[in-house]
Amino acid sequence: MKLITAIIQPHKLEDVLQELDKNEIHLRTVSDVIGCGRQKGRTEVYRGRKETGGCLKKVRLEIAVNEDFVQPTIKAIMAAAKTGNIGDGKIFITDLVECIRIRTGEKGQEAIG
Amino acid sequence: MINSGDTAWVLISTALVMLMTIPGLAFFYGGLVRRKNVLSTIMQSFFVLCLISIQWILWGYSLSFGPDIGHFIGNLSWAGLRNVGLAPNPDYAATIPHQLFMVYQMMFAVITPGLITGAFAERIKFSTYIVFTLLWATLIYDPVCHWVWGTGGWLKNLGVMDFAGGIVVHITSGVSALVCALVIGKRRGYGREPMSPHNLTLTVLGAGLLWFGWFGFNAGSALSANGVAVSAFIATNTAAAAAALTWMFIEWKLVSKPTMLGGATGAVAGLATITPASGFVSPFAAIIIGIMAAVICYIAVAVIKLKFTYDDSLDAFGVHGVGGTIGAFATGLFAQKLINPAGANGLFFGNPSQLMVQSIGIAATVIYSVSVTFVILKVLDLVMGLRVSDEEEVIGLDITQHEESAYTLLD
Amino acid sequence: MKLIIAIVQPHKLEDVLQELEKAEIHLKTVTNVLGCGRQKGRTEVYRGRKETGGLLKKVRLEIAVNDQFVKPAIEAIIRGAKTGNIGDGKIFIQNLDECIRIRTEEKGHEAIG
Repeated sequence: MKLITAIIQPHKLEDVLQELDKNEIHLRTVSDVIGCGRQKGRTEVYRGRKETGGCLKKVRLEIAVNEDFVQPTIKAIMAAAKTGNIGDGKIFITDLVECIRIRTGEKGQEAIG
Repeated sequence: MINSGDTAWVLISTALVMLMTIPGLAFFYGGLVRRKNVLSTIMQSFFVLCLISIQWILWGYSLSFGPDIGHFIGNLSWAGLRNVGLAPNPDYAATIPHQLFMVYQMMFAVITPGLITGAFAERIKFSTYIVFTLLWATLIYDPVCHWVWGTGGWLKNLGVMDFAGGIVVHITSGVSALVCALVIGKRRGYGREPMSPHNLTLTVLGAGLLWFGWFGFNAGSALSANGVAVSAFIATNTAAAAAALTWMFIEWKLVSKPTMLGGATGAVAGLATITPASGFVSPFAAIIIGIMAAVICYIAVAVIKLKFTYDDSLDAFGVHGVGGTIGAFATGLFAQKLINPAGANGLFFGNPSQLMVQSIGIAATVIYSVSVTFVILKVLDLVMGLRVSDEEEVIGLDITQHEESAYTLLD
Repeated sequence: MKLIIAIVQPHKLEDVLQELEKAEIHLKTVTNVLGCGRQKGRTEVYRGRKETGGLLKKVRLEIAVNDQFVKPAIEAIIRGAKTGNIGDGKIFIQNLDECIRIRTEEKGHEAIG
């Protein structure tokens, strides 16, 4: 089992979720985060002063999947989130030692999805 | 003769009507849009106040209330407020300075194009919006205002009754809003993605301020601190309350639960609907008008809008266009000379011809507003473009049009 | 060391925190997130129109623990969060390679908790 964490552009979230649904990947957790990588930070104007900087608003997507769903999940995220511009985001994949469904107590492969 | 009591009341009413646009309407609409568009929505209300304040002094007031040309429009002899001084103008208000009548009417001219912004929220280009607003105010608001309220206006001569602007404000803006929604098209993803209001507390705050300001709008329209003002004040509050309760019970019964947005929407629908009738009708009639407002506006926004799938994003047509029309019609049913001797009796008080007169007023205003709005939009679409690009729309207007954001994530 | 991530119902958070306290697990990070699994998304009513969809409000709990605390932590979360209804949430467990307390620069087992 893997935990896939993707940091993407907020305005791409809706597209990514639809793409995941198409691939039958329904379990997901979404949160607002801020961050930046190569993209230097958004420019905003306050009372005539341009302010560049700080971190950018991003969305963090966490998806727990069984091994055979890792590639489809990555593909779905790539398909929807990629614009080719700096700031499209990143995908991180980590091992999941265990997964438990709270309602039933099921564990492992059964509990995912 | 200037009466100090009347002058004080209309001064206060002017400020109350100003409050309806910002922050009333700004917050009412601002809470209903998505987080990424809240500033752009509030800005549309904010700058309509600034734009029309200037337009009205330069030429708008003269076109609306100046000396009549062919019963259609005022001439330009009052442009720049020439001949508009502090002495009362007995044609309009005999006991307050003429300039006070002018600035009171200014606030009506301000909020009217502001109401339309609900139809094209979240997708219009700001530059086009500014030009649209100036053209719309000049080509639609000013003439229709002259027809109904200006000395010599043909609807006024016909005997159309519109106490505080059901026709002049709510029908003109509401039906134009529908045209805007149809011409500019749906928001990207409309019907497919959820577009939930981002902050209903703002919306309720806005609705509350609208309700408060509406006392200036309706009771102020008596232009005098007298019994008619009191009657209009009571009718206004009564209709708003009846409409909010009715909307709440409809949702509770038909959909699932009583909701806050339902209550706020019902109240605003009731307020828009009672506007032309206030000052002519009894409190009991105001209850019935409020109930009618909620039922019919509910059908407009929850049934008709879904069936025809147009994206009147914040229900400017469904609430103001429909409400104003019901109200102008209901005035022809419930008006009573007993309440206001300067008015006329409606159908229920033995005068069926008033209903006919009201219907002519409604029909003329709808036809004129719809066709001129359509032409303005088509021309602007060719010359400037109406919509932001798809990508800008998805990212949000606050950042792409204004380089600002309303909420930060941290701090 | 393990990193436990639990996604639970927001209204169960207080119970979960109390259960964790009882189990002497004090370190925790809580964030508001949106998510969905089998539960299909919420229904809300706007001006008489029902809108289903989007994501549900959830709470995300991150707890770093030494290995002997994994079981007690999981049991505490389940005791606090389980109602038996769909939407109770999930628990994910990952290996934690290192943990550092910033104040003292202690590492590993010492730094946790």
